Amino acid sequence: MTTTAPQLAGEPAELRDSRRRPLGVIWSVIRSQPQAAVGTAILVLVVLVAFLAPVIAPYGEREVVGQPFQSPSGSHWLGLDDGGVDMVTLLIWGARVSLIVGFAAALVAMLIGGAFGILAGYFGGKLDILLMRLTDYFLVIPDIALMIAIGAIWGRSLRNIILIIGIVYWPTTARLLRAQVKSVRERVYVKRARSLGASNSRIIFRHVLPQVAPLLVANTVLTVAIAIFAETALAFLGLGDPSLISWGKLIENAFEGNAISVDAWWAIVPPGVAVAVVILGCTMLGQALENTLNPRLRVGHLSVRRFRLRSLPDTIDPRAAQAAPTARSGR
Amino acid sequence: MRGADYVIKRTVFALMTVFVAVTLNFIIFRAAPGDATTALRCRNCPIEFKEALRKELGLDKTKVQQYGIYLKELAHGDLGRSFASRQPVTDELAAPIKNTIPMVLLGEVIAVFLGILTGVVAAWRRGTLLDSGSLGVALVFYSLPTQWLGLMLVILFAGTLPISGIGDPFIAFTDPTWWETLKDRLTHMILPSATLGIVLYGSYALIVRSAMLETLGEDYILTARAKGLRNWTIVWRHAFRNALLPVTTLMAISLGYVVAGAILVEAVFSYPGIGLETYDAVFAKDYPIVQGSFLLLTLSVVLANYIADLLYFKLDPRITT
Repeated sequence: MTTTAPQLAGEPAELRDSRRRPLGVIWSVIRSQPQAAVGTAILVLVVLVAFLAPVIAPYGEREVVGQPFQSPSGSHWLGLDDGGVDMVTLLIWGARVSLIVGFAAALVAMLIGGAFGILAGYFGGKLDILLMRLTDYFLVIPDIALMIAIGAIWGRSLRNIILIIGIVYWPTTARLLRAQVKSVRERVYVKRARSLGASNSRIIFRHVLPQVAPLLVANTVLTVAIAIFAETALAFLGLGDPSLISWGKLIENAFEGNAISVDAWWAIVPPGVAVAVVILGCTMLGQALENTLNPRLRVGHLSVRRFRLRSLPDTIDPRAAQAAPTARSGR
Repeated sequence: MRGADYVIKRTVFALMTVFVAVTLNFIIFRAAPGDATTALRCRNCPIEFKEALRKELGLDKTKVQQYGIYLKELAHGDLGRSFASRQPVTDELAAPIKNTIPMVLLGEVIAVFLGILTGVVAAWRRGTLLDSGSLGVALVFYSLPTQWLGLMLVILFAGTLPISGIGDPFIAFTDPTWWETLKDRLTHMILPSATLGIVLYGSYALIVRSAMLETLGEDYILTARAKGLRNWTIVWRHAFRNALLPVTTLMAISLGYVVAGAILVEAVFSYPGIGLETYDAVFAKDYPIVQGSFLLLTLSVVLANYIADLLYFKLDPRITT
């Protein structure tokens, strides 16, 4: 955690880069900050594992290879689960579903939140007030409760989980983007484009979007972590897709299968560690990106959780920003 | 009058949020494609049964009519009846919420204690191994799934502490004194509360640390040092007091989310609170209960937010709007 935030006025190398290639800034952050590099390495590794699951998994994902809860051995490093399936295999396959949910749900949140943020920030006025009020209300509604309410009605499937998580986690993205778009809109080149007669959609897609894209990506990386988290919660509450293996599902299976009463720690500990590692990776990368792109957020990233205790970027008073959660209402 | 304007604004916001939540609740449960009876997926039920159920739930009316009826009933505190027990939802949820509140409060106390301790120590020793180490530990706990952390505590403490339920079912036979009953309740509360506390304290530690870093850089701290005050006095009397503002509001605000977060913890520890009630209702497809607890949880969060807003205003005289 850096105590002194990089100043926008100081023009760090990363930001100079962004003038030329908007998404290049992400690459330069990864190159220059070890924290971001480690986070990226973790993510790339897990994505590779998930991608290569059919090749590297030692057994079949449904293959019963021994007694339920057989303890770890040379051929089964992490023992067997409550159905007698190899835990290493399950973890590898679980990475697939967890990552798909994480990335897809983050994408949904990015699309909804991005649209809200850009429309509100770009057009301003009544539309801004309307959209941001709506965002504020959504921000207050407790996410787990909302996910359960929707999940209970929609039923359990992969598509529903992705949609539910995306629907629940868009507001922070919307808030963040709105503030950014508001400042980009006032820059000289946007004004010039407008005076040359460019249409709104052209300005948004050609001039505004490329400028806010890095921040949107950074925010999405953080949302991936939240989404993976949310998936484990939903799975644990019995709202996961029953036919798919995810890390959340593995924790739930172990709990339902009474792994604790037979002391089968190997069925519970590894999936949790896997989740934590991915979340750590996402947080490290996302935080490094956001700190560089948006120094106002220096309070530290507290949104990797259902509690969403993040300072919201449109606050002016630094003291109000410290009191993160109420800051948005301090207007 | 400095306060009136602000209080009115915050009150309107709180009320609007409740209204949005209430409407959302309606949309989710009634207006979305399909309704409570389609999701019931009861293969053997005759079509007449579903029709009767739809009629009972008022699903045969138009959406607008339904919304009107729903708002009217809600205004009378009527959340409908549980599918499973046929009892009014409000009665069904009253007892669990009473169990949840003390558990959540204890968890909050643990989190605040650990968070302040870690945050203050980290800020005082900033840049040292102690700083990065203690914050690192807090952040690792913070990135663990709640239910998983709960299960870890179960594994570690099974045998030494009760791992499920709210009280010893046999204690009634021993004719307990009130003290024994209290002790029994408390021991059953420790693990669920500790889980909540451990999950939460990381975020508190970060906030306390950054607030402390800011106050430690102020001139009056330099003055205090120049006066030759002891470190202890400087940290707690001068710096921490001023850092308390963000901490207080943060605590008030997170309290609401903790209540919602208790769902996972209560499911792990079979603690009969609002969370377990919701968890069971989801499995039993008891929609009125799910609906009711969603509203109740949202209300508690809105209330906590509202209190935080007012508190923030009261504590910081610099706020003018």
